[in-house]
Amino acid sequence: MLLFIAAPIVSVVLQSLHTPHGAVLVEVETCTPLSGCILETTIDQEATRELREAEPLGRLVGLDIYLDRGHLAFAEVAEAWRQSDDLGEFWTSLMNLPFYRAMAFTLTFTFIVTPLMVILGLVIAFAVNSLHRHLKGLVIFFSLLPFTVTPLIGSLILFWMIDSRGILGDALVYLVGDPSFSLKASTGLMWVSLIVYGVWHAAPFAFVVFYAGLQTLPMEQIEAARIDGATRWQQVRYVVVPHLMPLVTFVALIQLMDNFRVFEPIVGFSAEAHATSLSWIIFNDLGGETRQFSAAATSSVLTIIGVTILLSPVLVRTWRDFRDKK
Amino acid sequence: MASGVNRQPFGLRLLTYGFIVVWLIAAAFPFLWTFWGSFKVELDFFSIADWTNAIFGRRTEMTYGTPFTMAGYEGAWVQGEFWRSVINTGIVCFFVVCSSLTIGTLGGYALSRSGYRYTFWLLIIALIFRAMPPITLVSGYMLPFFEWNVWGILPTTIIVLVAINQPFTLWMLHSFFQNIPKELDESARVDGCTQFQAFRHVIVPVMWPGVITTGLFSFLLAYNDFAVTSMLLNEENRTMVPAIAAFLGSTYNEGQIMFAVAAVVSATAPLFFLVMFFQRQIVAGLTQGAVKG
Repeated sequence: MLLFIAAPIVSVVLQSLHTPHGAVLVEVETCTPLSGCILETTIDQEATRELREAEPLGRLVGLDIYLDRGHLAFAEVAEAWRQSDDLGEFWTSLMNLPFYRAMAFTLTFTFIVTPLMVILGLVIAFAVNSLHRHLKGLVIFFSLLPFTVTPLIGSLILFWMIDSRGILGDALVYLVGDPSFSLKASTGLMWVSLIVYGVWHAAPFAFVVFYAGLQTLPMEQIEAARIDGATRWQQVRYVVVPHLMPLVTFVALIQLMDNFRVFEPIVGFSAEAHATSLSWIIFNDLGGETRQFSAAATSSVLTIIGVTILLSPVLVRTWRDFRDKK
Repeated sequence: MASGVNRQPFGLRLLTYGFIVVWLIAAAFPFLWTFWGSFKVELDFFSIADWTNAIFGRRTEMTYGTPFTMAGYEGAWVQGEFWRSVINTGIVCFFVVCSSLTIGTLGGYALSRSGYRYTFWLLIIALIFRAMPPITLVSGYMLPFFEWNVWGILPTTIIVLVAINQPFTLWMLHSFFQNIPKELDESARVDGCTQFQAFRHVIVPVMWPGVITTGLFSFLLAYNDFAVTSMLLNEENRTMVPAIAAFLGSTYNEGQIMFAVAAVVSATAPLFFLVMFFQRQIVAGLTQGAVKG
């Protein structure tokens, strides 16, 4: 495990500090008796190949790639800050930088989807829990589907339905009353559809966890609360929800991490024009004809840093648990 | 909740049922719709004229004489050579599940039985690795793979998937083995077994529930992966998910999108049955970490 995961991380960091060699140029002076001497610049194929073989990683450039326009772009940000008169204008120019654009979507997605799916999961769990025993199995079966299905496939299925010629898109056109209405055309609506997909995909996970939590409810406490005259709402509010609280934190943290790496829905919804995420930037750099390893590696390192920041509360908590056990 | 006192008032009951119905439609309808639509021609699946076309398949009937056609499936499986991707997916899933279970059981057992401090750090590192987006690791793998000329083939992809999956299997099996009382293998040791014999004869017979659950999740990971397989496999070795993406990516021609629809349905069917047969294990696996943590 250490070898196969730690090694690539090291490799990513190394790659991110290097950039491919440029071609080695030589200046050759060709002199012909009649026209005099011409200074020509040509590519020295031999030397270029040798150099590339000697250092396959490329030239060491330190943190340059981190600071270029595609990544943190401090210079451009500072420039935008100086030139814009108000925050709105600054924001617009910030959104033209790929890294910040991706960051904006990733963070919005993460922090909207996570609470929504927790709430939806809770409501489904309560509803299913009050169902008749025989119905439960069936309902759980169908509820699990959006979660187990391949993310790319799930997003494709929804994408086909919200296509302006698909059934949901058609219904929306009818509701809005504008025949040219399309979810794909506007950035805001695309974000909304991606978020809806995110909630749809992740809610079953929250539901299953909360449902399992409901099975271990302390019956005596509920009984006691009822005898004390608590209404149904009060029972839920003061007994059931506190009981489920640790599960809520667990689900929320797991989902924070998972949503932070949102990637497949963007491919499935072909939403690149409107929304990108960090993972998508890496994918885009790696694929295609020009495989930009250094750029991808740099984005990877930035993503890893982001994940670590998100993860730190979990780590602290696990550490505390472990210490207490001793 | 069977006690009479706590019976729900009628209004709440109605609300609950209504909500469940809405959720069920949201969860299942997209799949039904796509399944139904996969037997149609594109003009029906995306019906501009009239949405009921997609249900009754009028255009399909005009083209093929029946409201149902296998044209999409034929195109995907025969023309698009989807069967190749299916075989590749089978190979990848089989080997990923087998190797990650082998490493996971041995490693998880060892970690759960050793009381040293480093086990904690190993598990923490595993947790951090679990949170890494797979694509960040892929970019680390790719350049070395090109250098060593092993890019694009199945074995390397399997290794990468196993590596990505390993932290998760370790965590799961570790907590599973911790629930098996230590006294079991201790008594075997007292009876004269070596550590390995104790594992072989005492632990192996009782470990299957945990192993099956973990195996299911390893399978899902290998089956559902897009980032790793699309980056690390060349065209002949593609698994199903990147193949579907490729159906969409290639130049648009009539009916191509129906190939993708048919392929999507074909790829979802195994998952459907998987959930049907292993629902209990999946639920157990999802909740395992949570209820205890």
